[in-house]
Amino acid sequence: MAQFTTLTARALPLPVDNIDTDQIIPARYLKTTDKTGLGSGLFADWRYQVEGAPRPDFPLNDERYAGAQILVAGDNFACGSSREHAPWALADYGFRAVISTSFADIFRNNSLKNGLLPIILEPNAHAAVLRMVTEDPACALTIDLASQQVHLPDGSQASFPIDAFSKQCLLNGIDELGYLLSFEEQIASFEAVQR
Amino acid sequence: MSRPRTLFEKIWEQHQVAQEPDFPTVLYIDLHLIHEVTSPQAFSGLRRRGLGVRRPEKTVATADHSTPTGDPSLPILDLMAARQIRQLEENCREFGITLYDMHSLHRGIVHVIGPELGLTQPGMTIVCGDSHTATHGAFGTLAFGIGTSEVEHVLATQCLLQRKPRTCEVRIDGRLSPGVTAKDIILALIAKIGVGGGTGHVFEYSGSAIRSLNMEERMTVCNMTIEAGARAGMVAPDDTTYQYLAGKPLAPSGAEWEQSLGTWRSLPSDEGAAFDKTITLDATALEPMITYGTNPGMGMPVSGSLPDPDRLSEASEKAALTKALDYMGLRAGTSLLGHPVDAVFIGSCTNSRISDLRAAASLMKGRKVSPGLRVLVVPGSQSVKRQAEAEGLDRIFMEAGADWRQSGCSMCIAMNGDQLEPGQYAVSTSNRNFEGRQGKGGRTFLASPLTAAATALTGKITDVRGMI
Repeated sequence: MAQFTTLTARALPLPVDNIDTDQIIPARYLKTTDKTGLGSGLFADWRYQVEGAPRPDFPLNDERYAGAQILVAGDNFACGSSREHAPWALADYGFRAVISTSFADIFRNNSLKNGLLPIILEPNAHAAVLRMVTEDPACALTIDLASQQVHLPDGSQASFPIDAFSKQCLLNGIDELGYLLSFEEQIASFEAVQR
Repeated sequence: MSRPRTLFEKIWEQHQVAQEPDFPTVLYIDLHLIHEVTSPQAFSGLRRRGLGVRRPEKTVATADHSTPTGDPSLPILDLMAARQIRQLEENCREFGITLYDMHSLHRGIVHVIGPELGLTQPGMTIVCGDSHTATHGAFGTLAFGIGTSEVEHVLATQCLLQRKPRTCEVRIDGRLSPGVTAKDIILALIAKIGVGGGTGHVFEYSGSAIRSLNMEERMTVCNMTIEAGARAGMVAPDDTTYQYLAGKPLAPSGAEWEQSLGTWRSLPSDEGAAFDKTITLDATALEPMITYGTNPGMGMPVSGSLPDPDRLSEASEKAALTKALDYMGLRAGTSLLGHPVDAVFIGSCTNSRISDLRAAASLMKGRKVSPGLRVLVVPGSQSVKRQAEAEGLDRIFMEAGADWRQSGCSMCIAMNGDQLEPGQYAVSTSNRNFEGRQGKGGRTFLASPLTAAATALTGKITDVRGMI
């Protein structure tokens, strides 16, 4: 898994609450048997008109946010399906972090396994971030995972929670499966007794 | 005496393999269900790492999401879907996993076949790369959806790393009125608490209204628990559960049955067990429900009026409702009754079991669907299909002018060609009304099989209470 330590990047605002996984990556893109290449389908139905031309009013098509690696979304981001294609699509497009006030549980688990950092901010801090990146698309945010801080362009900071295990995995680029495999002995003795 | 524990806590503690301080629990998984869409990358991961499947007999596979529901003798025209299904067959063969394939008599939607085969049993931990795994919680299991990385984890270790969720008791007392169903209970609950209302929690449904539901109705309630954002929904097992399970092909039998029964009877939450949160709902007051917006929380009684964004104070809520009504082409303050639809879909892991089909057929018997209306009836499994045909339900649907299909997820996720055209309206018994869920630009009203059948007959959104 890709390591995540610090990131300084532009942030793209998408201030819609309850953005569901079907919007992040519509089901017709799920017929792939690979993890890669899903970036082109990211937010496809919001990003493109029916005939395929980009919709100029959608932030992903706004030149001023080109190269953004942080998505600032509304509350309860990525509710709905368990498709890991959602974080795969976000990561494939180039996003490395999503900032919201809350995330759906399954998406949060999935994104942590793909080096995509879900950042939960208090509503006030979230509103401030949203305001700044909307007013000045060129401004950059800095995310420091070790100190669990987002540094805003005005010099202020906002802290975010993350559990110790996920933090360690991201900081060191460690895959969770490796940790799980280290319990081989305990799993075997559990099975011997219980099943 | 030990501390009183909830059903959830009992199952969680029984499956804890290891726990390091501040780290997630290593949780043992009893049953792993896989399908063609969210498993291929997990098998590729195993191969890349040189790993095998630890307990292949604890994983069961079927193809349901992208499978066609038309003539089964024809080849699958969608090359990508065909490839995905072929890959599932190859993966199962290589790793020794039981697959109910396209030709199997037991094939069907993964959450329909688990219970009907007797694979789903009280006290189990069950996972699947599908959020509607919550369905199995109806049997007093801890069942939840996982991503593909976690599918790989379970294949390799039969375990998952999990942080302990909080618990929430959802107490539903009272008696449902005629025309009001399990689907209306869960739609009313989600409308009350919102699509993020259950985040971080596992629900345990209790109360007299839940106790009086049969297993298929309990499955409908648990199935849509994820639409409230909760990880899982559970119902403590009781005699209804045991009666359903007795004699199922893969359920325990003989002495093993008696032993299992003893264990299962110890599962229900102890008297005085504490939940982190409690929500109540009065079943007696419920009406048939329908959604009007673009998430399952945007629902109301079918006789209600559409909410007005101008009456909301929160800016984000106002924006969300305005956006939803705009997408749906609906006007605030109006009624949905009489709103014309282009299609009716009766199916999905929420409402495609035999009792759902019986309910729809009871209304459609001897009647005709509205001229020009497309009505799809898609049984949840080939077993449900055979049962329905044995009861003559297929003839009722076909004589009414509905389309009787092969089993699968079909128009719930619209991956297999069964889909709406842009702008079309459907009343659907499925679980999600997200933008484009049933086909790009399609507009979905979620409702019960009864409401769907009533709408099929009139071609307009109909209050079923006027027809029974």
